[in-house]
Parts: sequence; structure tokens; C-alpha cells
Amino acid sequence: MDSLDPWGVAWAAPRTAAPATPKVSGWIHSVETGATVDGPGVRHVVFFAGCPLRCLYCHNPDTWHMHDGKPTTAADVLADIASTAGFLRHGHGGVTLSGGEPLVQPEFAAAILHGCKDLGLHTALDTSGFLGAHADDALLADTDLVLLDIKAFKESTYRALTGGDLRPTLEFAERLSLMGKAVWLRYVLVPGLTDRFDEIEGLAEFTAGLEVVERVDVLPFHRLGEHKWRALRLPYRLAHTEPPDEALVERVKGVFRAQGLSAP
Amino acid sequence: MDTLLTEPLVPATDESTAAAPWRGFAAGSWQREVDVRDFILRNVTPYHGDASFLAGPTARTRALWSKVAELLKAERASKGGVLDVDTETFSSITAHAPGYIDPALELIVGLQTDKPLKRAMMPFGGWRMVKAGLEAYGFTPSPKLEEVFPSLRKTHNDGVFDAYSEESLRCRKSGVITGLPDAYGRGRIIGDYRRLALYGAARLTADKRAQFASLELDRLDEETLRLREEITEQIRALEELVTMAASYGFDVTRPAATAHEAVQWTYLAYLAAVKEANGAAMSLGRVSSFLDIYVERDLMDGRIDESMAQELIDQFVIKLRMVRFLRTPEYDQLFSGDPTWVTECLGGMAEDGRTLVTRGSFRMLNSLRDLGPAPEPNLTVLWSERLPEGFKRFCTETSIRTCSVQYESDELMRPLWGDDYAIACCVSAMRIGKQMQFFGARANLAKTLLYAINGGRDEVTGEQIGPALAPVTGDVLTYDAVMESFVPMMEWLAKAYMNALNTIHFMHDKYMYERLEMALHDRDVLRTMACGIAGLSVVADSLSAIRHATVRVVRDERGLATDFVVEGEYPAFGNNDDRVDAIAVWLVERFMAALRKQKAYRNAIPTQSVLTITSNVVYGKKTGNTPDGRKAGQPFAPGANPMHGRDMKGAVASMASVAKLPYAHAQDGISYTFTIVPSALGPTEPERVGNLVGLLDGYFAQGGHHINVNVFDRETLVHAMDHPELYPQLTIRVSGYAVNFIKLTREQQLDVISRTFHEKH
Repeated sequence: MDSLDPWGVAWAAPRTAAPATPKVSGWIHSVETGATVDGPGVRHVVFFAGCPLRCLYCHNPDTWHMHDGKPTTAADVLADIASTAGFLRHGHGGVTLSGGEPLVQPEFAAAILHGCKDLGLHTALDTSGFLGAHADDALLADTDLVLLDIKAFKESTYRALTGGDLRPTLEFAERLSLMGKAVWLRYVLVPGLTDRFDEIEGLAEFTAGLEVVERVDVLPFHRLGEHKWRALRLPYRLAHTEPPDEALVERVKGVFRAQGLSAP
Repeated sequence: MDTLLTEPLVPATDESTAAAPWRGFAAGSWQREVDVRDFILRNVTPYHGDASFLAGPTARTRALWSKVAELLKAERASKGGVLDVDTETFSSITAHAPGYIDPALELIVGLQTDKPLKRAMMPFGGWRMVKAGLEAYGFTPSPKLEEVFPSLRKTHNDGVFDAYSEESLRCRKSGVITGLPDAYGRGRIIGDYRRLALYGAARLTADKRAQFASLELDRLDEETLRLREEITEQIRALEELVTMAASYGFDVTRPAATAHEAVQWTYLAYLAAVKEANGAAMSLGRVSSFLDIYVERDLMDGRIDESMAQELIDQFVIKLRMVRFLRTPEYDQLFSGDPTWVTECLGGMAEDGRTLVTRGSFRMLNSLRDLGPAPEPNLTVLWSERLPEGFKRFCTETSIRTCSVQYESDELMRPLWGDDYAIACCVSAMRIGKQMQFFGARANLAKTLLYAINGGRDEVTGEQIGPALAPVTGDVLTYDAVMESFVPMMEWLAKAYMNALNTIHFMHDKYMYERLEMALHDRDVLRTMACGIAGLSVVADSLSAIRHATVRVVRDERGLATDFVVEGEYPAFGNNDDRVDAIAVWLVERFMAALRKQKAYRNAIPTQSVLTITSNVVYGKKTGNTPDGRKAGQPFAPGANPMHGRDMKGAVASMASVAKLPYAHAQDGISYTFTIVPSALGPTEPERVGNLVGLLDGYFAQGGHHINVNVFDRETLVHAMDHPELYPQLTIRVSGYAVNFIKLTREQQLDVISRTFHEKH
């Protein structure tokens, strides 16, 4: 039976039925243990390789191509997670699949999420939602929380920023809403690019209407990933864009709060 | 200052109060015999709440601290950071007249000498050290020093060098064994300073006389005679403590009757110890929850309020921050930042399942807020998952704000040492008043690996230091061949190391016996011979490289392997990878097994630590290139830490690797220093506080023994290096203790900055 701890994270007892060993394999960019900003508590983050979008501010451009990653089996990923599961439980955290875009490898992601639920761990899926259609109901059933990146709320802005369409992301958000799936919205604030208040107000209204968004993280743009673009000999077009000042970040948070959303 | 007159003074003790020091306390066997633990368990008030009850500093405390801050500033500006030295007086418990900072502001009194921050000469460890220290800091040693030493009085240092074996001298010179306490006080002994407050000196002296009488045996052998002489010295030391206390106007022959007296008595007992002994670590023990019993009684009686209770602790802490010893520049190079390791333990659980966290534990931590961060006292939280949540959060909140707290696993230590142990120095647990250790510094395991490869010859000088075993041959190192030489070389090291330590502690007992500290112990104490190793992660990574990658040997014209070329990748310690973590575990177990074969002086039980303090820099300097790719002269990682920058998988993987090291085979402690940037600990302050609690619970549940927590940005340190004047109180945890960052040598500052900072991607 699920119990609710003071941090509001639902804990399931480890499943008793022995699952088939996941033989699925996929491509992993890297792993970060003990992360604290990709979901609640102390987390084990698996960065998947491969992403269909080309966001101008991407801070992990080295994760764009799936085959730049390291081939790994889901069983190995799970064994690694299991060896530090104590930290994740004590830290009121769990496992987050991030990337890259985890839904580029939906079977691999599903196998890991399923294995994590077998270990009784909280799971989060960090996604742009662009490939939301790849996530079947079984995968989402093993996902406790979706960290949904809606990078812009106007079709043209989204395309200019990411090179992709906005529509699939919004459809995915509505699907999550219908399922009653917990969502944390993430919005990267880039001066001159995603700081138009009419768009942000539209996004806030849409987000509130979903009725499943527990938290909105407004993430100030930073240039910490710039060196990776240079190392990959890619042109970095935001080299002269400054991070937003605190006042702007607060104002944007205010727009979300005005819709009754939590934006810490 | 007029404003101070409005503050209520702590009421003086009247005769009826003094006549009934134990009024209101629950009775128990502690009344019949010296048993502080029994007193605590029967009278402690565990506290389960949060920090909201705390009061801030009083105006009097603030005024006093600002005076001390001025003195500290003047001290930093002085040559070598030494403000003043009494060059005429050999220090003893009674040698100096009473000293004050400002009697009008001081609630707790007593200084090591007659003036604040004035250091004393303590020559019995080694008069040459004192002379060198004086000259280095621009003082002229009194001619008396050379009259007395060595012609009239032999010192510990003289004794050791009269008896050292050739082998000990060789090992010491080459640096395969370093930092030995053969010219300075060994420290690491914790007097049970609480005993003076609870029982008074008259009762303690009577107890010691009874112990002396109990040794009126039919046959007085060497062991008994030594103990009889020691007990007589202990009694003498207690009598001197009474005289010293009287010079400050206190009659400590009787027990403390109020909270104010309990703090003052405890401090005077500690003060007597630091007037007499300049041990490498002069730890305080576990006094906060003991003192809280007195504070609770006075609060109930309306004698004091919370603000006064905090004032007593703050003023006590101010005094603890002012303990100083005269040391040499060489010593500072090894243990930087002028540390005294006034370690105080907070929290922990009683064997009966109650927590030993009290409001007093909060007050002690709160002194960091009232007075600002500082390295001393070395506040050590004995962590258990079962500690009250409010206390856990106050600890991590304090860590995040001050970087001045270390954590050690009560769950690992309590089964071995009971529920009234304390930490000496950084990570050495001992039952208070019932156990002591012979401090053994550490042996350089990385150099030992090179000796194995080079047939016992030193890779820097080429001299034959170890036994001339067959060197490892061939262009590529093979795991089996290296192991075949390494194991016997470790066995040799353990033997040479123990012989050196036996020599040192035999002489230390003879020429520099810690009379006062041992007067606050039982008659028969458990002794451990605390050996240690440095370079664990260097050796584990080297063996991993030899096994999992290709390591080519570069030999010089002398035929010595002086460099190594690593081809391919190898799993490095600190990534939760069993392929190498198992090697690290094996190293700890294997060297301990070699130590256990040795016979230690005075039937001590051999133990070991994985702890370097700041000496990882000096050890690295003295060690050539190693097969893990580390270059000659580069610092080792401190303590049990993974090598800088090689732990690539984040905080938890790094912690998980260290937590695998077995405490059962490193009972003198396993030190791990963890540095994380604030933003990587969580997006908001409450989340950071909670996440750090989670990381600590996780680390200790996994079997971790000790962790230092630093939360800051690299940029802050870089800025502090260039603008020290802006960071007078910037405190960081290094390896089992804290230091003032700006007091580190530049080399050590760079070492700290080069360590792994856990950051988000």
C-alpha cells in the first residue's frame, strides 16, 4: 500500500512478483548520482543519448546523437541504481530519466522505469514532450512524475528555439492531465527569446488548466554549456545573451503564481 | 559600557546552593562511584523539538567577541600568525598568573597564560621544537632553556632518538612513515573534564588515593610501579588544578552547584590540560548534554533564562576558540591552520533507545550563529537515522551556512564504544575516561607500493629503505607480480611502523606523561595503538590501472621505476564500481591484518585510521610518480577520499565507494571530505536542508563512518585566496577538522580548490 511521507512522495513497497530480467539495451550518455534539481529529493539521474530537438540554449549538446552514447543494458542500469537505492529512499528521492530525450528510446526507458518500480523507487521522466506519443500507457504507469519542459508557448517561437513543433508537447500535456499524472513544468527563461509576457501568460493559463501541475520551475538561462558547443565545433548563437536578472525571474514566477500555481 | 549594566548578571552561588550541589538530581550509582555516564542517563532531558527556542547572543557576548576579533586580527597580522609568546616561563598548570580578556565582560574565565593569545613554552616534548618555534616567529629563547635542556632535563624527543632503531630513522627520513609524534605532544587523550564539575577535586583526589592504595600488592612489578608513580603524578596534577582555579577565585574542591559553575569547572579542568600538554589534538569530549542537565535545573529554578544559558555556552566557546600552542613552521606544513582539535561531540543515541540530543546540543551549534563560523571547537555530530528530525535539520542548516560541522556514525560506533564515547581529534572514538590511544600518525601506502616495485629502494633518493626484495621486472606491470611484492612490503612496513610507535610511546609515557588528563580517567584504561594509512585512493587506483589498463614502466639509469605510462582506461575509486572499490577494501583489511600481528607497547590494541588531516599535501610531495597516472609531488586525496576529479558519477556514487571501507578494520576512523556547491544541493533553502539530511542518512545507512560537509562555490575560495582580509572567518572542513581557509598555506589552498566539487551537469 502506498504511504505518503512528509515530503509528499508516494512510496510503494517493492513488488513481490519477480519480473523478467530486462534484457533491453540502449544508449546512455552519463549518470549523475545524488542530483537534487531533477525532481524531489536525492536522485539518480540517467542521461539518455539522442534528442530530436536542437534547442539554442541546450546545455548538453553532446547528448544529441544516440550513438555518441555508451551502449548499456537496462539490467546494468538497474543494478547500479539498486546499489545506492538506500540513498534515494533516505533522501526522499528516486530515479529521473533525462537526456537527451529519454523518449527517443521508449522501450529502454520503459524497462528502466519498470525495474525502478520493482525496487519501490519513485520515478520521474524529464522530457520535452515532443515524442510524447512514444510513451505508451504502460511506460506512464511506471512513471510517478513527469518533468515537462514546455520551451515556448507560441508555435513560431517554439520552432525558432527548438527546430520542432509545439503541438505534440501540448497534446502530451493534455494526455497527462486526463490520466491525472503528476507534472512539474519547467520553463527556461531566455532574455530576448522566451521572455514575452503575453506568451508566458498564455502558458500559465494552459498549465493551470491541466490541473495536474504541482510545481513550476522557472529556470534562468545560463551559458554553462557553451564550452560543450565549442568542443563540438558548433556555432553557439546565445554567446552574447545574458542570464536574466533576478527581478525578471521573479516577475515570470509571479505570472504562474497568479494562476494559483506553485513556483518556488 | 553602559548598555551592559542593564543586563542581569548570573546570580552568584550562595552558601546553601554550594552545600547542595546535587539537589534535584536523580540518584544512582554515580553518587557512590565516579560514573558520569550513569549521571547523564538518569538526568538528561532529551529534546525532540526544533531550533525556535534559541536565544541570540547577549550584548555582553557581542562586546567580548568583538574584542577577541580584534585580537585575532592582530594575531593574523603577526609574523607566522603568532601574537605573543612567554619566552621565560615553562608552562605548567600553575606557572602563569590569571589572565583575562576583559573581566567586566567575561562570564567564563581562564587563559593558558597571563594574556589572551599569548603562547607558552611547553618544552618536555622536545626543547629543540620550542627553540625553533620561537626563532621562526621572531622571539629570542630564554637562556634558561639551554641551561635546563638537555643537560638537566631530558625530553621525550631526546628519549626517542636515544632508542630509535636504524630502520625507524630510515623510514622517517624517506617519508614512508611521516608525522610521527616524536618531537611533539601526541595528544588524542580526552580527560573526562566533566568529572571536575560533577564531583569536585576533593572527591576525585580521594578516589585516586584509593586507586593508589589498591596497588599495594605483594609483588611490585614494573607495570605496577609505573602505574603507582603515574597515579601519584595524577594526584599532584589535581592539586595544581585546585591551586590554579583558586587563583581565578573558584573553589573546585567541591562539585559545581550551578550551570554557571558547571561550565566554569569543566572549562578549568580542560584549561589545566592545555596549560600542561600541547598534544596534537586536545579534544574536549562530549560536554554539551552533560552541561544541559545543570542548565535545565537552573532554568526550572528560575536562576537563569534561555538568553543566559546561551551566554554561558557562547562564552565557553569563545575561550575554546583561543587555545594556542607554540609550534614550528614544519608542524604547520603538516597540520595547517594552527589547529588544536578541541573536538566536542553532539547528539548520538543512548543504549536505551533515547536520543542524547538536548537543548544544550542546539546551543553549542548555535554558537556558530552567534559568533560566526570558526574551526574550533571542532563540532562533531554523532549521527543516527533516529536523531530527532528538528535536530537533523538544524545541523544541516548550520552546515550549509558555516561549513563548520562534521558528522560521524553513531550507529557504527555505539556497538563498539557504548553511549558515552567521544571523538579525539577527527575520527578517533574512545570511551570517555576509560580509554586512550597512542597516536601513530600514518604510513605512506603509495610509497610502499613503489618500494614493492623497486625492491625496497626509495624512488626519489634511490636509497635502500625497505628490505631488498626482488624488484618487479618487465616493461608492463602485471597485477600478480606487483601483488607478490606488495604484500610482503606491507608486512615489513607494519613491523617497522609498530617498532617506531612503540619507541615513541614508551618515551612519551616516561618523559611527557599527561598527568592531568589521566587524572580524569579510571585507574585501568583500554589503550589502542592508532596506526594510519595515507594514499589509499592512489594505491587502489594504481592497482586498478595495473589490472584493468596497461601500465608501462619507465626506469631511470639507476634501474628505478620512476614513471609510469597508463594506456587505456581503468575504473577509479569513487564511482561505486566494485572492480576497484573491492581493491580499496582489501587494502584496508590487509594492512590491518599486518598490524594485528605486531606486539604493541603497553598491551595496546592495534587499530588504524584512513585519515590524513592536511598532510596529504606533504605526503604527495615526498612521493614519486605512481602507476595511477598521478605525477610526482602531486598531493594525495585527503583521508579516504577518491582522487581529485576522478569521481565522475556524482555525490552518491562517491559516498557509496567510501562507505564500503570497513570500519571493523579501521576502528580509528575513516575520514571523507565532501564538497558540494549550494545549487547542487537543491533549488531552495528548505530543500537543501532536507536533501543534505537525506544524503547523510543514506551515507550512514550504507555504512559510512565520517563525513565533512562543505557547501560553497569554488569562486568563493578563489576570491578568498586573493582577498583574505574579506574572509576572516571563512571556515572549511578539510579532513576530520575545520580550518580557517585564509590560514592555509597557498599550496594547501590550491589543493582544496582542485578537489572534486559536486556540481550539477
